[in-house]
Amino acid sequence: MKEKSLQKKNILHLSSIRKVYGENVVLEDIDLSVAANEFCTMVGPSGHGKSTLLRLIIGQELPTAGEIFVEQRKAMFANPDRGVVYQQYSLFPHLTVLDNIVLGIKLRYGFSYWRSRKQEYLKKVRYYLKKVHLEKHERKFPHELSGGMRQRVAILQALIISPKILLMDEPFGALDPGTREDMQLYLLELWKETKMTIIFITHDLEEAVFLGTRLLTVSQFYSDDRKDLDPLKKGSRIVTDLDLTKYMKQDISATDVKYSKVFRELIKQIRLEGFSPDYLQHVKKFNLEHKDSFQTL
Amino acid sequence: MRTILTETVHTFRKLFAIICGFLKKIWRIIKHTLRRLKSRVPRFWGIHARPGFRLNLILAILPFALLIIVYLSASGYRLAQNPDDKLLPSISKMVNAVNKYAFTPDDKTGTYIMLDDTLASLSRIGIGIILSAVTGLVIGLNIGIYRGFRSLSLTFVNFIAIIPPLAILPILFISFGTGELGKIMLIFIGTFPMITRDVYLTVKKIPEEMITKSLTLGASQLEIPWRIIFPQVLPKLIDSIRLSLGAAWVYLIASEAIASQNGLGYRIFLVRRYLAMDVIIPYVVWITLIGFLVDLSLIYLVRGAFRWYSRE
Repeated sequence: MKEKSLQKKNILHLSSIRKVYGENVVLEDIDLSVAANEFCTMVGPSGHGKSTLLRLIIGQELPTAGEIFVEQRKAMFANPDRGVVYQQYSLFPHLTVLDNIVLGIKLRYGFSYWRSRKQEYLKKVRYYLKKVHLEKHERKFPHELSGGMRQRVAILQALIISPKILLMDEPFGALDPGTREDMQLYLLELWKETKMTIIFITHDLEEAVFLGTRLLTVSQFYSDDRKDLDPLKKGSRIVTDLDLTKYMKQDISATDVKYSKVFRELIKQIRLEGFSPDYLQHVKKFNLEHKDSFQTL
Repeated sequence: MRTILTETVHTFRKLFAIICGFLKKIWRIIKHTLRRLKSRVPRFWGIHARPGFRLNLILAILPFALLIIVYLSASGYRLAQNPDDKLLPSISKMVNAVNKYAFTPDDKTGTYIMLDDTLASLSRIGIGIILSAVTGLVIGLNIGIYRGFRSLSLTFVNFIAIIPPLAILPILFISFGTGELGKIMLIFIGTFPMITRDVYLTVKKIPEEMITKSLTLGASQLEIPWRIIFPQVLPKLIDSIRLSLGAAWVYLIASEAIASQNGLGYRIFLVRRYLAMDVIIPYVVWITLIGFLVDLSLIYLVRGAFRWYSRE
């Protein structure tokens, strides 16, 4: 069976996840399997459950039904296997930039370990701070930094303990276009360097197509005639699952790719399939072309 | 006859013209000043006002100066009517009283009465407020962090908070005695529910994301309260103590007035029998000054020790 083999092979595996808040079905039968070192971007209309799905994967909330596996082990509440960067609230207001970044080491490996390896880690942290042009700000508190700086610190903070999977919920949503592009390139660089698995939520299709190796669309805009369902109470599903490496070769320095024809066509297609309330695909005819995608109906 | 009439009319006209000219001049001056004032940033009136440093200082001192002036004139007036008047004693009489109570050793005990009173009161209010701060912090943190504990005790704490502490003063005095313990318990019961609720609300305001974030960084169940939540609550706790101190003074003075051998409140209520306003007024000023200085030092403590909090 495809699902079993995927579960054995892949680092993150979600099977038949369902999330209900009271009367409101947010997610309906989400099946997702993500291979290691994948850069998975997730788009979808606002209010269609992207962030809910992310909260379920981190363990901030538990699914109503279905199971989540991280490296074949069932995952429950949040733990250091899955790191996270939020749009805000990622940094602790009472700690300086440096303390925010090294907090993970202290909490994960213990304070005595931190004291014995302090110099070594400080050197490493300062190297990274310099790389993201924050070396002069290590003594500042989060409220003294701009939005872009804060997000750079938040990414370093999450990466310092090398989580297996890094989840990001619209991390660059509040940044201006210039800073945003810098951050995207910087994130790609880090991803290539650390070889980790990233799940990246964004509402910017351009960002999603540019960054990812795999693109998922979570949306309520589909049709399902198998059951008599109230269309308003229908939960979101993954309606597209694209292998972006098929369309484009990834090259860190080439932001020009955003202006190419393939890129534009792809965005147009995603917008039609995921974001158009008038274009409802049948649940059995979703565009699930990625080799790791599966569907249990 | 005719000439007189025309002359009078003429004079009146002249006078009228002069008055009109004068009014016009005044009007022009007013208009000019108004225009000049409008083109500047206002110093005092309106929402755009930005008083400078000097004006700030003058404005801050002004009400105090007015109060003193009003007191001095009223007291001077009454003393002129009746030199033995006790209600509004003169400054020299108050200075004498302060000299007697603060700087002259008492005949019986050989100690300074005002110093004894101050130390006794401060130790009561200090122990009481520290006790309620510690209790409030511990209970507030637990209610905020653990849902189970919240269900158990939040309603109870809210209920306790409504009991008027002075109403159960007799119960406290009967069960804890009229000594130090009874007074400290009154201050404690009067202030700890508010501190508890304040701490709880601060914890509740910390976003869920931050807790999840610290779990993803490897925090244990005990490290979250200790490393993440407690440091964020601490400056708020000090703010809360500042607010509770006002109530604490009320309970202190009340309990000292009812049953005590020393203390600032005891002294005030003791000399009240002799209408000794020359002692009461300096004591009240002294209490206010202590409260003001404690408040100020706590403000500076928060500003100095929690740089991230005051500017957030």
